[in-house]
Amino acid sequence: MIMDINPILLASAIMVASTPILLAAIGELVVERAGVLNLGVEGMMITGAVVGFIAAHETESTTLGFFGAAVGGAVVSMIFGLLTQYLLTNQVATGLALTLFGVGLSALVGQGYQATNQVPVTKMPIPLLSDIPVVGPILFRHDGVVYLSLVIVAAVFVFLSRSRAGMILRAVGENHDAAHALGYNVRRVRLMAIAFGGACAGLGGAYISLARVPQWVDNITAGTGWIALAIVVFASWKPWRLLIGAYLFGGVTALQINIQAMGLDIPVEYLSMSPYIATILVLVFLSGGRAPGSLGRIFHASS
Amino acid sequence: MTDTLLKIQGLTKAYPGVVANDDVSFDIGRGEVHALLGENGAGKSTLVKMIYGLVKPDQGQMTMHDVKYAPTDPRQARATGVAMVFQHFSLFDALTVAENIALGMENPPSQRDLSDQIRKVSQNYGLPLDPRRTVGVLSAGERQRVEIIRCLLQNPKLLIMDEPTSVLTPQEVQILFQTLRKLKSEGTSILYISHKLDEIREICDTATILRHGKKVETCTPSDKSARELAEMMVGASFEAPKRSDRQLGDVILEVSNLSLNAADAYGTSLRGVTFTVRAGEVLGIGGVAGNGQDELLSALSGEAMTPASMVHLDGRDIGHLGPNDRRLLGLLAAPEERLGHAAAPNMSLVENAMMTAADRKGMVTSGFLAWGKAKQFAEDVIQKFDVRTPSAQNAARSLSGGNLQKFVIGREVLQEPSVLIVNQPTWGVDAAAAASIRQALLDLATGGAAIIVISQDLDELIEISDNFAALNEGRLSEIRPMLGLTVDQIGLMMGGAHDIEVAHG
Repeated sequence: MIMDINPILLASAIMVASTPILLAAIGELVVERAGVLNLGVEGMMITGAVVGFIAAHETESTTLGFFGAAVGGAVVSMIFGLLTQYLLTNQVATGLALTLFGVGLSALVGQGYQATNQVPVTKMPIPLLSDIPVVGPILFRHDGVVYLSLVIVAAVFVFLSRSRAGMILRAVGENHDAAHALGYNVRRVRLMAIAFGGACAGLGGAYISLARVPQWVDNITAGTGWIALAIVVFASWKPWRLLIGAYLFGGVTALQINIQAMGLDIPVEYLSMSPYIATILVLVFLSGGRAPGSLGRIFHASS
Repeated sequence: MTDTLLKIQGLTKAYPGVVANDDVSFDIGRGEVHALLGENGAGKSTLVKMIYGLVKPDQGQMTMHDVKYAPTDPRQARATGVAMVFQHFSLFDALTVAENIALGMENPPSQRDLSDQIRKVSQNYGLPLDPRRTVGVLSAGERQRVEIIRCLLQNPKLLIMDEPTSVLTPQEVQILFQTLRKLKSEGTSILYISHKLDEIREICDTATILRHGKKVETCTPSDKSARELAEMMVGASFEAPKRSDRQLGDVILEVSNLSLNAADAYGTSLRGVTFTVRAGEVLGIGGVAGNGQDELLSALSGEAMTPASMVHLDGRDIGHLGPNDRRLLGLLAAPEERLGHAAAPNMSLVENAMMTAADRKGMVTSGFLAWGKAKQFAEDVIQKFDVRTPSAQNAARSLSGGNLQKFVIGREVLQEPSVLIVNQPTWGVDAAAAASIRQALLDLATGGAAIIVISQDLDELIEISDNFAALNEGRLSEIRPMLGLTVDQIGLMMGGAHDIEVAHG
């Protein structure tokens, strides 16, 4: 029975299923390392999803679609940025509002695009590497965004651990008063981080509407943004753990859909909850990190 | 000494409702150690923030080496040769020593070169540090070394130090002073902020005294007595606390072999702490911060529970009781952290009074709060302890540190405890307020209460304690009569100079 599942196709599907979560989560990881808790990931994702869909539909270019999605996500994230960084609103409330806003906005904007066809995202098999048996079809026959998501994770890792700018970002997230006292511009660092987080969430959302589904329906992201938020926390704010978490979640999701399709005698509800349980269990056993010291706290540059 | 490094002329900075600095002028000479003295709120920190480029003055100007000096941010100040060691909040717990230091530099070298430099400078100035360690696990003294080395790596012309000795043992203070003297001999000027007058008289060449934002005087501190300096700061004479002769009574509180595991990774576990306190006795417990003071207070107040027999009050085992039960039995406590631990910042003084005094003062009837009584009690505290506040309905947050501290201590004292435990009762409190708090503690002891004062201020402990013990890495030293102890002996009881060595030649 289990043998009916083609392991190569499954592994390849896992990478596709995980990409939206991975993109949104890596963006949020940078935002949180800068000390900002943006709960609006879902809202930014769905905005990216609709903007990306429309842009791709109108220009007939998925590349421009993804580009537009990143810009769209970053623009909505700036609403959050201005409210929390300049008007000093509560980050939790503002983030929740951003999600509600994004879901509503996308439904409004996407009205004329329901059930329209979409140009397919072209696969970009990597020459030579994609011809390797087993590994080739799993890893190297994807579209550009899958590769891009992995490049972003690696870049974020290098940025945070090796670069001076990354160190400043971590310092701002760890203790914003101290960073301010040393002369760093806390607000600017945070705004840039929030914009990056918005762009990544937008890309992740567009990957759902352009590559995975590919279609526009209301509420298409269906809670992916919340999963991304949870994975950031469970991954202890570390990029490599986040990669494991996102792929694990995507993996179990893809697997349980395959099992459902085979019609095994397991209630569907149990299968549907399995990705959540598996992810939480694994990441809990891996855990041990600590949240950035200033996470979610309002920074007010007094005196 | 003769040539001037930094000339400050007429600096003025006003905030809504308060003038933090009003026309302040003085000069800092090359290679001079210049003290900046003043009570809390006298404008010391605003002044140094202007020098360090964190705050822009409204009026006035500074010149460095006869060139106009108007830094717009700390980077510019650092580039001009001004470095600052902060009292708190300028280190990042989750980052390593080397990363912390790199963040305070303009063009840090690669991590490996930087680590070498850190080792070299720390050797030179007798401040050993491992660049790879995470700052969160360092002791207070070690954290200060990180700050100092961060400054020294930039070869500053002017080093600003904000209350540098408040976390050090006497031996560590002496070693810091040798570092400062070495810097001075190399031509570095030091602006030294402190309210410890004896230290200032020992190390500083010149002192500028601020009061209510205005300069009172610039003088040579070694010419003045500590008392004269204190009176210039306060602007009035005040009574030093007096202890009256009193007989020690029976043992009230007995702590035997108290052990308690630290609540988190950065805490200190208590190990086998044993002591007794008698009626009318003030037991002073010294030690460098982070050696188990917070844990001892919470084990005694009941925030942390222990096996019953470890804490023994008036013939009862109380180790297993929580804070409210202990309060009813007459054991009260005032923790160190005013905002957030001893008082709830956003609640009014009346509400804060209710929170610890409710049971002892009968403010609860069948589950309902008697606000009238709480208000009465809060006003009582305000009046008897000279707490300056517009009304008892003001939020705790709105009071200055000294005033809130008077309220927090007064609230416990007026509940007539049989045992009172206080941690850092006068931390960050001006001299006059500190004197009145200490007097209140002594009066309470005269009335027959047993008092445990946990403090890092040795002068305070010397002034009011009958007996002295020191906490060192969670263990309590033997208890010795305060009278006759020398500062050197006290320092050794506190664990000596840890692993610091004297600055090399």
